[in-house]
Amino acid sequence: MNDVAIRRALMRIAHEVLERCEDLERLYLVAIPNGGVPLARQLTANFKQIADVNVIVGILDTTLYRDDLKLKGERPLLRETEMPSAVDDRVVILVDDVVKTGRTIRAAMDALMDFGRPSSVQVVGLVDRGHRELPIKLDYVGKNVPTQAHELVRMSGQDGNLEGALEIVVMPGES
Amino acid sequence: MIGTDLLGIEDLERADIERILDTAEHMREVGRRVVKKVPTLRGRTIVNLFFESSTRTRASFEIAGKRLSADVINFSPSSSSLKKSESILDTARTLDAMDPDAVVVRHSVAGVPKQIADVLAAPVINAGDGAHEHPTQALLDLLTVKLEKGRIDGLTVTIVGDILHSRVARSNIYAFGKMGAEVRIAAPPPMIPAAVETLGVKVFTSLREAIEGVDVVMALRIQSERLAGCYLPSVREYSSTFGIDREKLKYAKEDVIVMHPGPVNRGVELSHDLTDHRPSVILDQVRNGVAIRMAVLYLLSGRRQEDAQRIDLGSGEGR
Repeated sequence: MNDVAIRRALMRIAHEVLERCEDLERLYLVAIPNGGVPLARQLTANFKQIADVNVIVGILDTTLYRDDLKLKGERPLLRETEMPSAVDDRVVILVDDVVKTGRTIRAAMDALMDFGRPSSVQVVGLVDRGHRELPIKLDYVGKNVPTQAHELVRMSGQDGNLEGALEIVVMPGES
Repeated sequence: MIGTDLLGIEDLERADIERILDTAEHMREVGRRVVKKVPTLRGRTIVNLFFESSTRTRASFEIAGKRLSADVINFSPSSSSLKKSESILDTARTLDAMDPDAVVVRHSVAGVPKQIADVLAAPVINAGDGAHEHPTQALLDLLTVKLEKGRIDGLTVTIVGDILHSRVARSNIYAFGKMGAEVRIAAPPPMIPAAVETLGVKVFTSLREAIEGVDVVMALRIQSERLAGCYLPSVREYSSTFGIDREKLKYAKEDVIVMHPGPVNRGVELSHDLTDHRPSVILDQVRNGVAIRMAVLYLLSGRRQEDAQRIDLGSGEGR
């Protein structure tokens, strides 16, 4: 998926979100760092272009809510959390780049509840790899990319822009 | 990366310090939420083992642990258990048998946290040992300076007061030195440790020269029992020569900040007015202390050593 394809997917997703949302004023995009941040920014730009609405973007790090912190070993680095306003009564759209097991989305939902009580929560995944380990389903998908569980999919050019493309790196020997 | 315990800044690499500061900056955000709690250490137990009395540091560790959802137990061995001739290490071993995930130790004798760390499976955090180190205080001071100035590298920091008896001074000398700041110390000669220059500091006996052009002035608490002794003639003389007020601060940089580990002897180390107002940042230091302790507890969690390792460390009783 190159950057042109990513932009097209995000434009389609923006249309789908607007189509489903009854009250645009209540939309609140919440990006999961790092990959979700440039995607959420592009989505707000798209909302502005399509429907002339300004949608808030929050950033929510899920690290402190991960389910593997009970295990021994090195603690993962924390990333930025910046929630500009409460999420009460908002239609929150979580935005992530690559969704696989669903564990990050589970953590994000827990984190979100600490910031208030959204009226509903939906999820955008640019890439859905399958291999779900939790009962989590995406509401909007950029592209389904069938992969092996041990392959690694990542978005390059994550410094706030969509340059570059998604790449699939095969990591042999790991499961 | 950071080892199993946090016993002193002397043991840390610059990269370790940067990792702790970076983590603490994110922990500050948790403290600004309406729900100031994350589930990170849910089901974990943290023991505050304070042999020396402390209100502020203990409360700070307790809040930090609770914001991470850990269960925090305060344990202050009274003189009665010492009368029962239970040794420090026996007390520590007893606690360890209750399987805590971290033990925070304060003791009036230097080296006790290290001794305890040697026999415990749980990570040990030094919350101040004698005149040795107080690493989380130095880390919170670094964080406060970093947030105020945007950097630490290249700044000049003057530490004023009883350097000889101060674990805060010692930890800060290591901390600011490792992060690339120039560290000066200023004190009456009896309060300057011998050969302190070997730690890389510049020594001054004149406050004016010591704070000339500096970015940060850090005043240390003067222990009252030492004022009466041979170290200082009188409180009044100390406050007139080494007490910080706005007049003396004119020699420092215009944007100087003033720090103090607290509690302040008002009118002694700092003038009344400076204690309560900018450029002093004392309450920011307290706030940052919680974030630093959350960061340290987070980074050291999951480092409890395997039971296998503790068998040979015990006093012969197999487990």
